[in-house]
Amino acid sequence: MTAPLLQVEDLRVHYPVRSAGWFSRPMTARAVDGVSLELARGETLGLVGESGSGKTTLGRAVLRRTPLTSGSIRFQGKDISTAGTAQLRELRRHMQLVFQDPTTSLNPRHTVFDAIAEPLIVHGWSAGRRALEARVAQLITQVGLPADTAKRYPHAFSGGQRQRVGIARALAIQPELIVADEPVSALDVSVRAQIINLFQDLQQELGLSFLLIAHDLAVVRHISHRIAIMYAGQIVETGRRDDVYDRPLHPYTRGLLAAVPEPERHRDGRRTFPVALGEPPSPMSPPSGCRYHPRCPLAVERCRQEAPPLMAMAGEHKVACWFPGAAPISS
Amino acid sequence: MTTQPLLSVRDLSVEFLTRQGSVNAVDRVSFELHAGETLALVGESGSGKSACALALMGLTTLPGRVAGGSVVFDGQDLLTLPERALEDIRGRRIAMVFQDPMSALNPLLTIGTQIDEVLERHTALDAAARRARIIGLLEQVGIPKPAERLGRLPHEFSGGQRQRILIAMALACDPQILIADEPTTALDVTIQAQILELLAELKARLKLAVLLVTHDLGVVAQVADRVAVMYAGRLVEVGDADALFEQPAHPYTAGLLRATPRLSDNQPRMTAIDGVPPDPRVRRSYCDFAPRCPGADAACAARPPLQSLSPGRLAACVRPFAPVWKELA
Repeated sequence: MTAPLLQVEDLRVHYPVRSAGWFSRPMTARAVDGVSLELARGETLGLVGESGSGKTTLGRAVLRRTPLTSGSIRFQGKDISTAGTAQLRELRRHMQLVFQDPTTSLNPRHTVFDAIAEPLIVHGWSAGRRALEARVAQLITQVGLPADTAKRYPHAFSGGQRQRVGIARALAIQPELIVADEPVSALDVSVRAQIINLFQDLQQELGLSFLLIAHDLAVVRHISHRIAIMYAGQIVETGRRDDVYDRPLHPYTRGLLAAVPEPERHRDGRRTFPVALGEPPSPMSPPSGCRYHPRCPLAVERCRQEAPPLMAMAGEHKVACWFPGAAPISS
Repeated sequence: MTTQPLLSVRDLSVEFLTRQGSVNAVDRVSFELHAGETLALVGESGSGKSACALALMGLTTLPGRVAGGSVVFDGQDLLTLPERALEDIRGRRIAMVFQDPMSALNPLLTIGTQIDEVLERHTALDAAARRARIIGLLEQVGIPKPAERLGRLPHEFSGGQRQRILIAMALACDPQILIADEPTTALDVTIQAQILELLAELKARLKLAVLLVTHDLGVVAQVADRVAVMYAGRLVEVGDADALFEQPAHPYTAGLLRATPRLSDNQPRMTAIDGVPPDPRVRRSYCDFAPRCPGADAACAARPPLQSLSPGRLAACVRPFAPVWKELA
């Protein structure tokens, strides 16, 4: 494998949070707390976590859309963690964001043509109006929208079609990396698959790399080459897709997989691992030791004291747990 | 099913008034809800499932209005009942839980006060008895140390706990029917599993009838006894959950099941239903699903009525059970 397109090392994003009361002590929310990951060209990394896990903050940090506390981000081998405004502008040519809600991310007063042409113009389109129209028309076809789409307004489209416009907009300036934050979670099931298939086609055609941020484990499995599971600001398990799904080692991953409702698993007791108990911790006061210990069916004293590092297992599989793959203590 | 249904919905229609004229959001929907069962009303956005649930409770607001039909509960048609009488039934005998617990709770009132309002309105209990009842309810839905938390405001609880509090509030007056509209859609998957378990447990213990409105067939499979599938404002299939999941009769149900991604599935392509749901402003005489149905032909030019296939099983298709979807390689 050549040098990765994106390399994140020990990244931290901490926010100051004012708690209620004027004179109370300011607190710190550790949204991302020591994350390292890599993304190769043409690869999709599925970043999975529940709300508050820090997955969205991590996605924004990679794009330098939020201030970093510490750590480094290298893109195409260059450190971009300290890039200034001018450098960032150049960088945005190469990395784009696709949002969850295609309704709020498009300006209702702009036609689809305006929406897709905007990034091209912002990045200094100089080939004239006719070429611009041709480029927009090409993008519209590429994302599977009818040719007459350009003149129409976002409200005339369904959610799936609007998400296609959002994708065309992100593709316009030919980025290498697309960070997609829950790109299909607002869409209906029958349409969701269409958009996932489109992502895969575009990846094959254009060699794009995707950082796919999502909570839907079934969708993530479909589209990802590698998976990173995030909990309370940290990656607790990562590896090749089938390793993580077929041989999950972290009790959180196993509890998460057990919680997914599937049509075939009729109200029975066939769960092989208990669903995670309780709720995730506050990012202001993460638990001592392993951050998952208060919810973990395997937790013992050591887990309350010592935080397990992300340890290498077979192949690329890594897990942050003192008892990877252990059977739950029977209750 | 020979027992008297608890709730009987007949030809319920809801229309929305728009500048281009009226649009049928719900078109002559009929179903029955029996004591102790969970019926899932399934559909995608715009299918009319939520409009249908709101109409049952007399909660349709402009620009929507109920255009026809009846909803019989305990011998009376809720749709013709005066607002006063309806208010008494709503909350006391038929309770509702919504998708977003934050917007259903008043952010400025403590949770104790909010549950107390329900009890004060619908019961004759004195303050001390109400307090004991509130603590018991919160315990029942799994809120730890309820007595210490009555004075907390909604924002001091997590999303999952807020949904538990709303369920406690819905159960305050021992309702016979619980209508839950996408109760777990806004929650994380581990919390969703906990809430679904809670609903199943409460249903069994309190012999509740639950009408679960949802888009998620995975959720349906976990908790439903019977399923009613809506498409474009109409029911397209009704049946026992086991039979319907085993062998869907309507191509839309089959397509939806097929498009629901599975964890174990590592097919290179995801299976979609091509196309989009029909524009509700356009009146059609053909089958609503025909434009997206691979099995559609000339016979689908007249909309098929919802007809009985076997006891308890209904579908609106000229060729029920036809294998219209290609098997995956």
